Amino acid sequence: MYVAVKGGEAAIANAHKMLADRRRGDRSLPSITVEQLVEQLALAVDRVMAEASLYAPELAALAVKQARGDMIEAIFLLRAYRTTLPRFGASQPVETGEMIAERRVSATYKDLPGGQVLGPTFDYTHRLLDPALVGDEAVEAAPARESEGEPLTRVADILAQEDLIERAYAGDPTEMPQEPSGDLTREPMEFPMARDLRLQALARGDEGFLLALGYSTQRGYGRTHPFAGEIRIGEVEVEVDVPELGFAVSLGRIRVTECQMVNQFAGSAKLPPQFTRGYGLVFGQSERKAMAMALVDRSLRAGELGEDRVAPAQDEEFVISHADNVQATGFVEHLKLPHYVDFQAELDLVRRMRAEFEARQRSESDTQEAAE
Amino acid sequence: MTEAVLSTLAVSGGFNDPVFEAQGVFRALMDATARPGTLHDLPASVAPPAPLGPGSGAIAVSMCDPDTPVWLGDGADSEGVRAWLSFQCGAPVVQEPDKSTFAFVRAGAMPALNALALGTQEYPDRSTTLVVEVEALEGGPRLILEGPGIDGQRTVKPMGLPEDFAAQRSASRALFPRGVDIVLVAGLRMMALPRSTVVSHDNETEAG
Amino acid sequence: MREAEARSEAEAGLKRLMDVLAASPGDEIAACAAALGALPESIPVRGPEIGLIMVRGRIGGDGAPFNLGEAAVTRATVRLAGGTVGHAYALGQDRAKARLSAVLAAMWSDGARRADIEAQVLAPLAAARADEVSRVKREAAATRVDFFTMVRGDD
Repeated sequence: MYVAVKGGEAAIANAHKMLADRRRGDRSLPSITVEQLVEQLALAVDRVMAEASLYAPELAALAVKQARGDMIEAIFLLRAYRTTLPRFGASQPVETGEMIAERRVSATYKDLPGGQVLGPTFDYTHRLLDPALVGDEAVEAAPARESEGEPLTRVADILAQEDLIERAYAGDPTEMPQEPSGDLTREPMEFPMARDLRLQALARGDEGFLLALGYSTQRGYGRTHPFAGEIRIGEVEVEVDVPELGFAVSLGRIRVTECQMVNQFAGSAKLPPQFTRGYGLVFGQSERKAMAMALVDRSLRAGELGEDRVAPAQDEEFVISHADNVQATGFVEHLKLPHYVDFQAELDLVRRMRAEFEARQRSESDTQEAAE
Repeated sequence: MTEAVLSTLAVSGGFNDPVFEAQGVFRALMDATARPGTLHDLPASVAPPAPLGPGSGAIAVSMCDPDTPVWLGDGADSEGVRAWLSFQCGAPVVQEPDKSTFAFVRAGAMPALNALALGTQEYPDRSTTLVVEVEALEGGPRLILEGPGIDGQRTVKPMGLPEDFAAQRSASRALFPRGVDIVLVAGLRMMALPRSTVVSHDNETEAG
Repeated sequence: MREAEARSEAEAGLKRLMDVLAASPGDEIAACAAALGALPESIPVRGPEIGLIMVRGRIGGDGAPFNLGEAAVTRATVRLAGGTVGHAYALGQDRAKARLSAVLAAMWSDGARRADIEAQVLAPLAAARADEVSRVKREAAATRVDFFTMVRGDD
């Protein structure tokens, strides 16, 4: 039960001023700019965009600054901003096969066409803190060499040549749906959920939650025998049909991370032994999230592939209902709001139960004494 | 019609002041729905291509967007109207009335109410809002309205509705909370007959 | 037949201009447009306004579409005094860029200054974008692994 209580206005106003003061910190230091955040904390900005489900780097950077670096608060701010905007329409599906890739690695084929392109990775760094970064030392430009222009063949296509992997769309390719079956931001969730809706939920899901779930499948809670078939990071073109023009135009490019997980599959009564696939696609550069998403996507297909659902990562309702960190933080943090009346009622109830308990004990000991 | 003419038609005749006019139209619709049968002005400056009327156009531009499929009945449909809706609000035009969130029709060519989306028992809001262009909102046969938002009874006299309108409404009442909300428009005036309003003929007066 | 061909050629030309404008930063477009001299008067028909486009991906990269997430987009539509309409759509929140892009698209469609726009705006911006792509590709190529096999033992 909620009751209106007045009287906090001055305290709230001053709390907001105190927040602004602490956010700014030491005034003798320059204020950090949004451009600096976009350029130098790019992966934080990417995470906010991915989990806010809104691609807008400058706004995400502003949200990070306003939230003092609290990622979930920043995600919340960007989600709130998003609700103020009209939706113009939907893009054509982005073609990740035509990505201008900065990175593409495969753990399944050493010599695949296009090669292993490491890109700007933390892998192979020594994870030693670098004192040079305390200052502002000049950094040389990234080295370059002539690109052989070899197309980056998809690992799934290589396996498909031997028919050893499932196709992305199981049915007749001419009947592949042209539109998603729904949109989480428009209709309430219903279970069971189609895979396209699950992927939408996972793409905006909390990185930490998906990471933990993906990890749990590796540790035996619903094993899926995964290989990182392919991971690519780079820019894809966003094209949209403009009805007033009658043709599609490009809106520019966005950076995404894609992970194709290749999973061993022994087959079932209906399906031959073959590799199955888990898929991850995330705004920005976030290999960890894309890999975790692909693991969880594959786990959630347990029912479809005739596997027993025994582990949390295979439980669609559990995973999807708890993946959204804005929802989760809202419900956890609401506990700090005034529950004075609720609590008074509880207090009253406990007092009464206690009185009854004590009365019962007294009467029991009286009976006992009388018996003796 | 040539492409160029079509594209000029499509981009003209929208709101002069999109934010405030859309808010004004929304407010009028809300008030009209809260007080079924009362007359309201749509404070808008739209000029949609023929045959869509200005009131229907104002409601379309305020309420429709890419998430609201629109169905156009005979007398509200033309190539120009489709291009205009597409540019002004991005709303897709659908062929099946029961797939529409908004339907725009003329009173003389009204579809059967149960041919529209009626919503589901769990989500009665997933229904069509039917916008009907009538000849006039006054001067027609008397209809008696009862229900939420009406103190007792209210009499309205829209002109040009089909004769079985009241009968269709009472038939669909049995489906409540499913049903269709109706807005009657003439020029830039309108009234609302939400699904909660019971509509009946004023038999006694007509007999007497 | 010839008319349809001409139309698709015009569409392809306009698309190429709009694609390059969308991909280019506002200040670069403004710098190129300055070379055209005074721009014609234009009436705003819609926007510039910021909104969302739902970006879609494909399940498995090549399967059925799914909603990946939204992107902030700015669009504008303008009309020149002669009646020609121009549209602009681009990622981001740059209203001035959208407005200017729509004016340039309208001027291109109008035809009188098409050659100027292609030479002064389209060509330099397209070259700059191509340079950027080629630089990313060359930087990525420098991180490509050249595997070599250690020879173990002799025959």
